[in-house]
Amino acid sequence: MHNLLVVIPAFNEEKNLPNVIAGIRKVLSEADILVVNDGSADATASVGRELGDVLVSHPWNMGYGVAIQTGYKYAFANNYEFLVQIDADGQHDPEDIPHLLEPLVADSCDFVLGSRFLAEGSYKPTLARRIGMKLFSALIRISTGERITDSTSGFQVFNAEVIHFLTGDHFPCDYPDADLLLVLHRAGFRIIELPVVMREDAGGRSMHSGLRPLYYIFKMLLSIGINLIRSVPERPGRAQ
Amino acid sequence: MTANQKIFALTICVVIFLMTIELVRRRRLREEYSILWLTTSLLMFVLVIRYEWLEKLTYLIGAVLPTTTIFLGALLFLLLIVVQFSMKLSEISNQLKNLGQENALLRAELEKMKDYEQEEKSEEKKTIETE
Repeated sequence: MHNLLVVIPAFNEEKNLPNVIAGIRKVLSEADILVVNDGSADATASVGRELGDVLVSHPWNMGYGVAIQTGYKYAFANNYEFLVQIDADGQHDPEDIPHLLEPLVADSCDFVLGSRFLAEGSYKPTLARRIGMKLFSALIRISTGERITDSTSGFQVFNAEVIHFLTGDHFPCDYPDADLLLVLHRAGFRIIELPVVMREDAGGRSMHSGLRPLYYIFKMLLSIGINLIRSVPERPGRAQ
Repeated sequence: MTANQKIFALTICVVIFLMTIELVRRRRLREEYSILWLTTSLLMFVLVIRYEWLEKLTYLIGAVLPTTTIFLGALLFLLLIVVQFSMKLSEISNQLKNLGQENALLRAELEKMKDYEQEEKSEEKKTIETE
């Protein structure tokens, strides 16, 4: 598949990045790999330049959401048909990518979310995290009718129309999780969830430490509420 | 209101008004931020001249003393200024994000072009050497 871009947002991931890129190359030899270095202080940029196909380096650290949106902007500017988004800490198994791509290639959906809960026993989050995830899944179910088990998953695959849509202001750069799914659903995109395996021994650092979980819950609740009272977002190319 | 109080209040209004105009003239303050300052100083000026209007306003909002209305007005003014700044900050953050992304994407494009140029040059060298 020539028109596929794999986006790896990376912040201080010089150790995990080589394995992640090697894993992707093994499964998708023809895909282009874009490493978005989000202002790392270590050698992430040089590792990305050496092993990836393209390196985009932020001038300063702007956060995970902004890093993945930079990837979408690159994909949109270069007319990629499909985009795979995978974390740089090695928690996602690249072997899952072909099976996530299948429904997209068959055009039976626009956005595929890799769920760590649909695969049996692959992921066991802490109790607090589990409660938060259940809460947001319930909110998504109530507001959209979609059954989403893993709204915080960063393992996502989607098509060109979604890429274009997410380059605009609709994309919530500050922790794009449940609210992103809500925005996509309201815009009429077809979302499905497929099981993916989570690697426990990846050694990745959580983005949710200190007081961030509290802010995350507040931001997500506000964002979901606000999105419900906003007018339905317009899909690109549909405005006349 | 005593004459002294009136003179003091009017002086403050005039100073704020003139200072704002001067800052805009020197391009140290943008017009969009001067609106709230100018409106407030003008409003204060009118209320000092027409003190009975301030008393009426005090009665209307249910306050006992006109000074309460003044303090409330000052608080409201500061609140509006802060909200305006928060809105502007959000806008600037978004613009800065877009600028950072644009910068990163352009740099990547430039590096790609440089690599391509270098490759072309080395190929040219090779062909010259073989000839």
